[in-house]
Amino acid sequence: MSPTIGVVVFPGSNCEQDAVEAIRGLGAEAVLLWHESAEIGEVDGVIIPGGFAHGDYLRPGAIARFSPAMESIVDFAERGGSVVGICNGFQVLTEVGLLPGALQKNIGLKFLCKPVNLQVESTNSILTSQTKPGDILNIPINHFEGNYTCSEETLNELRNNDRILLTYKNNPNGSMGDIAGICNESRNVVGLMPHPERACHHLLGSTDGEPLLQSFIESANA
Amino acid sequence: MRYQASVEVRLREGIADPQGSTIENATSKLGFEGISNVRVGKSIRFTLESANEKAAHKTVQELCDRFLTNPVIEDATIIIQGIE
Repeated sequence: MSPTIGVVVFPGSNCEQDAVEAIRGLGAEAVLLWHESAEIGEVDGVIIPGGFAHGDYLRPGAIARFSPAMESIVDFAERGGSVVGICNGFQVLTEVGLLPGALQKNIGLKFLCKPVNLQVESTNSILTSQTKPGDILNIPINHFEGNYTCSEETLNELRNNDRILLTYKNNPNGSMGDIAGICNESRNVVGLMPHPERACHHLLGSTDGEPLLQSFIESANA
Repeated sequence: MRYQASVEVRLREGIADPQGSTIENATSKLGFEGISNVRVGKSIRFTLESANEKAAHKTVQELCDRFLTNPVIEDATIIIQGIE
């Protein structure tokens, strides 16, 4: 049976349908989860999609983290469930404390919307298991606050524990360590700024997002 | 008692401030000399009911820690004033 992926919708989310399309295109089921419901149902994996949850007021993710759905998602993640936060979803995951660090305004203060090349640094995660170390993936970014920031101590911890999954080949936003995506200690929670769901069809210019979402679907099926 | 709270959220020292640097670059272009260390923050003001000033400060500190700041990159200064 194919797994069911829940895609959370906050007021201001805008990539949820792209995520649903991409997941269905890869043969899994996808359902939307309204943020005000603490009931996330029998989902096998969760995607927190991109957008501007609650208008990004105060800070991106600062208000979204208190949504009833987030409590259930934290619980789901702590039980080992696969959770991926894409772009705004990554920001939400840092705010809620499932991932370390924070996403700051881009160096140069430009909203960046373009395809970038990513390098796979670790294949040991729910999002990268079907890639190879050193693979170059061409996937779009679309953010103003994607500049990954953390303490030196956290950066060392991420490096020493192989928790940096994806890096930028040409750092577009000032992220420490060229970080584009990281995972938690148990490797079942991943956050990344690039949008794999927008690189899952030839018509979109790239299918490099497929191995990432396929890895995720497989982990949700396990 | 009612209190006026004024919270200034700032990027912590050592955290790069792209807005601050952009503003700083603009100051010299405008002909202002000697301006440096520009940092941009947020000012949040509200009133609250509390038993006394100390309790009000404690509440606002908790609010800052849990919500108004992201402790990874920000800290805050709090000013509490009683309202007549």
